[in-house]
Amino acid sequence: MELMLLLFIFVLAAFLGFELIAKVPSQLHTPLMSGSNAISGITIVGALLAAGADHGSTLTTVLGTTAVALATINVIGGYLVTDRMLGMFKKKGAGKKEEGSQ
Amino acid sequence: MNVETLINFAYIVASILFIFGLKMLGRQSTARRGNLISSLGMLLAVVVTLFAQEVVSYQWILVGLGVGAVIGLACARLIKMTSMPEMVALLNGFGGLASLLVGWAEYAKTLAGGEASSTFTGTVIFLAVFIGGITFTGSLYAFGKLSGKLSGKPVLFGGQQIVNGGLVLGLVVAGGLYVINGGAPGMGTNAFYACLAIAFILGITMVMPIGGGDMPVVISMLNSLSGLAACAAGFVILNNVLIVAGCLVGTSGVILTIIMCKAMNRSLANVLFSGFGSDGAAAGGEGSTIEGELKPISAEDSFAVLEAARNVVIVPGYGMAVSQAQHVVRELAEMLENNGAEVRFAIHPVAGRMPGHMNVLLAEANVPYEQLVEMDSINPQMPMVDVAVVIGANDVVNPAAARDQSSPIYGMPIIKAHEAHTVICLKRGKGAGFSGIENQLFLLPNTRMLYGDAKASLQGVVSEFKAIAEA
Repeated sequence: MELMLLLFIFVLAAFLGFELIAKVPSQLHTPLMSGSNAISGITIVGALLAAGADHGSTLTTVLGTTAVALATINVIGGYLVTDRMLGMFKKKGAGKKEEGSQ
Repeated sequence: MNVETLINFAYIVASILFIFGLKMLGRQSTARRGNLISSLGMLLAVVVTLFAQEVVSYQWILVGLGVGAVIGLACARLIKMTSMPEMVALLNGFGGLASLLVGWAEYAKTLAGGEASSTFTGTVIFLAVFIGGITFTGSLYAFGKLSGKLSGKPVLFGGQQIVNGGLVLGLVVAGGLYVINGGAPGMGTNAFYACLAIAFILGITMVMPIGGGDMPVVISMLNSLSGLAACAAGFVILNNVLIVAGCLVGTSGVILTIIMCKAMNRSLANVLFSGFGSDGAAAGGEGSTIEGELKPISAEDSFAVLEAARNVVIVPGYGMAVSQAQHVVRELAEMLENNGAEVRFAIHPVAGRMPGHMNVLLAEANVPYEQLVEMDSINPQMPMVDVAVVIGANDVVNPAAARDQSSPIYGMPIIKAHEAHTVICLKRGKGAGFSGIENQLFLLPNTRMLYGDAKASLQGVVSEFKAIAEA
């Protein structure tokens, strides 16, 4: 039953995704890509559970810890890079104030 | 209410934050806040996970978080905007590998516990490992191509399709064996490692035959795969937030991939398997020999043409990124505006090496985004344009795509630069473009060629403007 529930969520999320992103202007394609890339770092939740659990298996801990590190790079790098990019997108006049005041 | 319930509540909140964040990323005015909101969702998900029952020791978590944070911060701070395509590819690869490791760790856990995986768990572990593996090596290979460490040309070898087909078949067989055996030691473990190896190889052989100009499609596709890998990992650990967030990323990547394919009028299968551009000029078709000659122009004459223009459209392409000319382009645009001309930038959806590449570069050079116009809105106005300046763009302005049915790029939507009164094309040399196709635009009577490095050529034109301003 739980499987069906998860599949149900999966299908709904897919439709939601298509609705959300279908009309993004091409100017925002790169930030959208790197921003959603950061979201895919959500796998960090699974990584934390693997790294922090005590299964008595060294392999699990090693794999989990590596996964935590990689997912953290993905998350932090992804969000910061997207923010940096979006910070550069400026409206007309925003960067030219000095000239206008002369 | 116990801790478990609270954590699941927090996961729902995190999912809502992701959804709002993504929605806000779709509008220029809210994009930055949207990114912040989605990062808050991530922070929430991470923090509450630390309180989960399964988590009993923190030292390895801290090590992982610390190492990852330092590297992630360094990447984000130090990376140049011009290196953005390879950066996105690299981060993508890390995400894919992390999902693979989550699947593997779950498998290692059941192995250590001496139990067999159920068919369901086995299947989703297989999916996480195989999608994550392809994403990882595929992204690394794309990173190599984009950063110039590997050749951007498509790499083709005899029987490539057969090799790829064989790999896929091997992957299915190994995956099937792994699932049927419940991952039991011996046959099951061997099948698992075979899956791992094949997925890694397949990632490389998939990206190998794809040329530099098709990179926007590949990057969007890998982006989608990294989301699906996270989604598969969500099924492995039965976690909703992974499924929702991974699925959202997966679909957003699919949409971008479709947009990129449409912008080239090609199917995804054609992009992935054709090795487009490798057969070079031979693809030109027989009936397409064009009359005309290349007419060079000097920087001084370009200045004279531009100085008289009232309506200028600049069409940037990958060549602008290569010569890092975006700042001097902005300088030229400002001078033209001070000279009384209307200046706009016409951006083709697949110009450059990733979706939106040109927009990022021009934003870095402080070009306001209102000045960047999409292909469909600029094309009807092209006949009214005095001068179109094509900077290192080639196939996206080739009129053969509209006229010449024998051309390999026939049907691809283009920016109709050729309809402007005068066209100035900045080009490094006389060779054909990425696709190996002779560009008819360069031979038209109203086209002039300004040869040389784009940045140097533009600096020449700009200095002419400066000389006049001072006189």
